Amino acid sequence: MSKKIVVTGIGATTPLGGDVRTTWERLLAGESGISTIEKDWIAQYEVPVTFAGQAAVASADVLTPQEVKRLDPSSQFALISAREAWADAGSPEVAPERLAVEFSTGIGGVWTLLDAFDTLKERGPRRVLPMTVPMLMPNGPAAAVGMDIAARGGVRTAVSACASSTEAIANAYNRLQTGEVDIVVAGGCEAAIHALPISAFAAMHALSKRNDEPVRASRPYDTNRDGFVMGEGGATLVLETEEHALARGAKIYAELAGGAVTSDAYHITAPDPEGSGAARAVLATLKQAGATIEDVKHINAHATSTPVGDIAEYNALKRVFGDLLPGIAVTATKSSTGHLLGGAGAIEAIFTVLALHEGVIPPTINLDDQDPEIPLDVVVSPREFKGENLLAISNSFGFGGHNAVVAFRKY
Amino acid sequence: MALSQTEVLAGLAEIVNEETGIAVDAVTPDKSFIDDLDIDSISIMTITVNCEDKFGVKIGDEDVKDLKTVGDFVNFIVSAS
Repeated sequence: MSKKIVVTGIGATTPLGGDVRTTWERLLAGESGISTIEKDWIAQYEVPVTFAGQAAVASADVLTPQEVKRLDPSSQFALISAREAWADAGSPEVAPERLAVEFSTGIGGVWTLLDAFDTLKERGPRRVLPMTVPMLMPNGPAAAVGMDIAARGGVRTAVSACASSTEAIANAYNRLQTGEVDIVVAGGCEAAIHALPISAFAAMHALSKRNDEPVRASRPYDTNRDGFVMGEGGATLVLETEEHALARGAKIYAELAGGAVTSDAYHITAPDPEGSGAARAVLATLKQAGATIEDVKHINAHATSTPVGDIAEYNALKRVFGDLLPGIAVTATKSSTGHLLGGAGAIEAIFTVLALHEGVIPPTINLDDQDPEIPLDVVVSPREFKGENLLAISNSFGFGGHNAVVAFRKY
Repeated sequence: MALSQTEVLAGLAEIVNEETGIAVDAVTPDKSFIDDLDIDSISIMTITVNCEDKFGVKIGDEDVKDLKTVGDFVNFIVSAS
């Protein structure tokens, strides 16, 4: 018999705010975290896209100078969000061997890598910082979080592009089911608002080019969507067996009812237009949750605002839910936050958890003219979400054909 | 021109403070970097390179191995300058 897994702590630093509460309130208010990038390198490199969802609170305002110096910006976001989540969970007393971390990034320490290459070219190898390798490695954020909370039950990093942190949560679910650990701190982060990743995403025509209207640029499901908007930040969930949470009298936000991963083996970047892999991920998640398609009342969609991706996800959902789909409230919160890449799944999981816990679904902004090919019930202003046994899912898909889905149930 | 012990100690203490957050006045000649100040080898390498830049000296990797205390570091830099 499977164990019941619950969410007992949440933390985030995002383009909307430096913590969960601020982020959530601004999200419900329909605000945008997207703005013009006021940095010299925009002009220096003639970067074609000049806006992004930049972290609302600078990490240097939160961490010590030494932490900032020794951690890549991605790990800084990870640590900030993990500390908030851990404190929110009541800083649980748990044997270190029974505490694990599943923390993702899509790209890793790209700022560290590129800064180090600049140093190498300009000042030579001896001036390359000795901390470069631990700062750029993709498991750096997970390791930083694990050291901070003394997790000795295993610290792992799933890397599957934009599906990464949803995969991390699915992995955490499975890890907790084994009974090897009592708590898993799971999440994801990204800090890739740098000239090179922006140029590279722009080169593949994945980014919105709405430079004159940043807050209107991320517009999932809108007829005039033209690509995604880069975001940065970190988000963390403290996941725990119900038994352990109850024994220590923890506050419980929601049940993590399941999480599954599939792959398309179709194309390195394009989603399978049939959406069969994504559909299988949804169905596998529902099976773990002991649920049926009739139980799903809310979907926090991947919905990045790309012309192709939004339709592919719709096709996958249509495949799973069929005639039930119009009755499911869908939201696309990347419209407010931008796309946090490896951090997207974790922040959207938190939004899904809060929708259940607070009884309100956050809105999708910038939906002026809904694409007739995507006839979903898109939530455009905060919508009451109350009832018994409510089930909601959060989807993430990544370059490489990665599909990851997690399900949360009202507790 | 040779630097004075006092100048080098003050400069080294600033570099150590910037890298590790350890208070400047805790960086005294008798302290061992590893045993007393709890500075790891990675930070010692960064401190070494920053000292090279600040004092205009060359501190070889072989030399660093023998510089256990703050005083060892100061003396090496003074004699190399």
